[in-house]
Amino acid sequence: MADNGDDDSQYRIKEGDYVVLKRGDIFKAAQIQLKKKVIFEKQWIYLDNAVGHFYRTTFEIGSGGTLHPKKSKELESSTAAKEAGTDNRNIVDDGKSQKLTRDDIEMLKEQGLKGQEIIQQLIDNSSTFKDKTEYAQDKYIKKKKKKYENTVMILKPSCRILAMMYHGREPGKICHLRHDTLAQMLTLANVHAGSKVLVFETCSGLVLGAVMERMGGFGSVIQMYPGGEPLRPGVESFGFPSHFHDMLHEFPICHVNALLAGTLDTKAKDPNTGTASPPLINLEQSILTTGDSQQNKPEVKQQGRSAEEQSMEASSDANRSDDQAKEDREKRKEAKSQERKVKLEEKRKKMAAAAALLEGRNADGLVIASRFHPCPVLLGLLKFLAPSRPFVVYSQHKEPLIECYTKLKEVGGTVSLRLTDTWLRHYQVMPNRTHPLLLMSGGGGYVLSGITVSVDHSKAAGSPQAEEPAPKKLKLTNTEG
Amino acid sequence: MSFVEYSDHIQEGDVAIIYLGHDSMMPVKVQQGAQTQTRYGAIRHSTDLIGKRYGSKVTCSKGGWVHVLHPTPELWTVTLPHRTQILYTTDIAMITMMLELRPGSVVCESGTGSGSLSHAILRTIAPTGHLHTVEFHQQRAETAAQEFRQHRVDHLVTVRNQDVCKDGFGVTGVADAVFLDIPSPWEAVKHAEAAMKTQGGRLCSFSPCIEQVQRTCEALAHQGFEEISTLEVLLRVHDVRTVSLPLPDFGSLPSESPERTAAVAVKTTTPPREIPGHTGYLTFATRART
Repeated sequence: MADNGDDDSQYRIKEGDYVVLKRGDIFKAAQIQLKKKVIFEKQWIYLDNAVGHFYRTTFEIGSGGTLHPKKSKELESSTAAKEAGTDNRNIVDDGKSQKLTRDDIEMLKEQGLKGQEIIQQLIDNSSTFKDKTEYAQDKYIKKKKKKYENTVMILKPSCRILAMMYHGREPGKICHLRHDTLAQMLTLANVHAGSKVLVFETCSGLVLGAVMERMGGFGSVIQMYPGGEPLRPGVESFGFPSHFHDMLHEFPICHVNALLAGTLDTKAKDPNTGTASPPLINLEQSILTTGDSQQNKPEVKQQGRSAEEQSMEASSDANRSDDQAKEDREKRKEAKSQERKVKLEEKRKKMAAAAALLEGRNADGLVIASRFHPCPVLLGLLKFLAPSRPFVVYSQHKEPLIECYTKLKEVGGTVSLRLTDTWLRHYQVMPNRTHPLLLMSGGGGYVLSGITVSVDHSKAAGSPQAEEPAPKKLKLTNTEG
Repeated sequence: MSFVEYSDHIQEGDVAIIYLGHDSMMPVKVQQGAQTQTRYGAIRHSTDLIGKRYGSKVTCSKGGWVHVLHPTPELWTVTLPHRTQILYTTDIAMITMMLELRPGSVVCESGTGSGSLSHAILRTIAPTGHLHTVEFHQQRAETAAQEFRQHRVDHLVTVRNQDVCKDGFGVTGVADAVFLDIPSPWEAVKHAEAAMKTQGGRLCSFSPCIEQVQRTCEALAHQGFEEISTLEVLLRVHDVRTVSLPLPDFGSLPSESPERTAAVAVKTTTPPREIPGHTGYLTFATRART
């Protein structure tokens, strides 16, 4: 209750804010941009009028998609029925109980009647409504409300809301990671402010954003990414303050082996000297593929790209009329190559910074959730963790995690391995009508978790080459003894 | 060591978790000159623990060895001394996300109980948040406060020894989130609302029985809470096994050599014979700004 005006401003919707639209259980992420149409639940709306209102305000969608803040509770009580039946022994399904036709309803809509008024009309024109039981009446109204009420609530984004939104709208984009599973991962990995966490994900940035939210801008997150560029469209939806991005680093997964072997050269400056180190050549390749949003294999992408370039050159050759165009092209080419150089340098710097963080091999946590096979990812990235640190691997399927489990047992260096999944059940809680919801999510994926420990050196000495003859020797000594 | 900050080496006064084997762990208070007995023999703190790196293998007096782990709220939950029933990690994870806890959150909790959830909340809201926890049992309140000091998180938490249903949380208008794990949460809903920021916040109530849920939901709706939702989350553990499925003998064909494999090995998982089937219902709600 000790609020000042300044403190309040963060609870108001501002232009440029990332928000989440909600109707019923449907969510959609959006940004508040003036005069910009947003489509939500088959309706065009403009968010302009939301600016200045508090978050969690419910808006009525007017004609032309404009928003009007709904007066609080103006309609909740009006539909309360006075009469109700006790059972349905006299209710006959003759298809004639509703006196309004489809055309009548369309006409009401065109007249600009509010959803609430249409529902009242439907009730008044239903011959069986007052014979229905109280519960059935409730259910009827709820169903009609869902169909005719034109409201939208605007929420501040959070991991809870975005995880539910992604799972509801685009589960394929987040490897079917359900929000309760994500919750388990964040907790099992002990994600908290001040730590250094590695994240490898192909979940649109949802997992990365969730990790960043839990760290509150304290510590560092290193995103290990496949392909040419880190993809994180979902991170934007969180609407983090800009300083959160200072803790976010990125490192391409294709250089992990070089980094582990100590052959990664992040200091080389000029890619054009014939002696450019291999990582830089790779770097240039990956920048060539930057334009593509999908993370396919770089080689494939590059082939496609060069073919495109060739055809472009061919077509320009066809109309080789004026020198002006040629000069322009030359200039553009130069500007482009300059731009590319700047980009390359930027990228090199970023990679060097991330490499410096990784080199200590003292990260505090590892979170993996991707469409790639988790086994090589886990075995590779675990090497960057300090001993006694937790890690979690998500997979939509159980079998790859069984393999991870088996491999980790073989390699050693981890304890407390657990392969789990969670089961989530929602309840309807109402007077005299409490029961589990009829529909529940079939599966939210699987999680393998564990804790790193110092590698046993006596075991490590028995390297793969030495392992073969070892059992024989053992047997020999056994028989001797 | 602290429950909210990792450190590399074990120091005197730390709480270290001794990992003895699968599902077998114990917490130790590290003290010069002290000894801890395990089934693998004694661990001498001065030589075996102090100055060693967390995660190290420690050889005990009988020649067996254990690993020493850095404490985390999750390891504490499975090793802490029970003074009450406690919340386990599966429910805690869900509560943390659904209450939208993060660094800087101000949280009210009652009752403190054995502090299982408290440690997880403190980990998440550090370094800028605060936990106001209320426990009506005097001895439990004192023990919890002592534990928070020992675990070096006391700067983030205030323990109050009072009855939350009568006296509330001892703060008003400050909380982003309220958690209730008490026998009659509906009696505390009003106090929960008073504790919350005027801009609103999230509430969670944990109850084992559906009748408690029913009354709580009624109280929440009456008090103007929105988005009331009750759920249950259960953990399934999959034990990884290699099972051998024998092949029946169909009798050999004349063309086949007589040696055939008699069994096929399959890597699979088996569910444990018994699993916890119910912990409690979690009811979440949002309080809109007033």
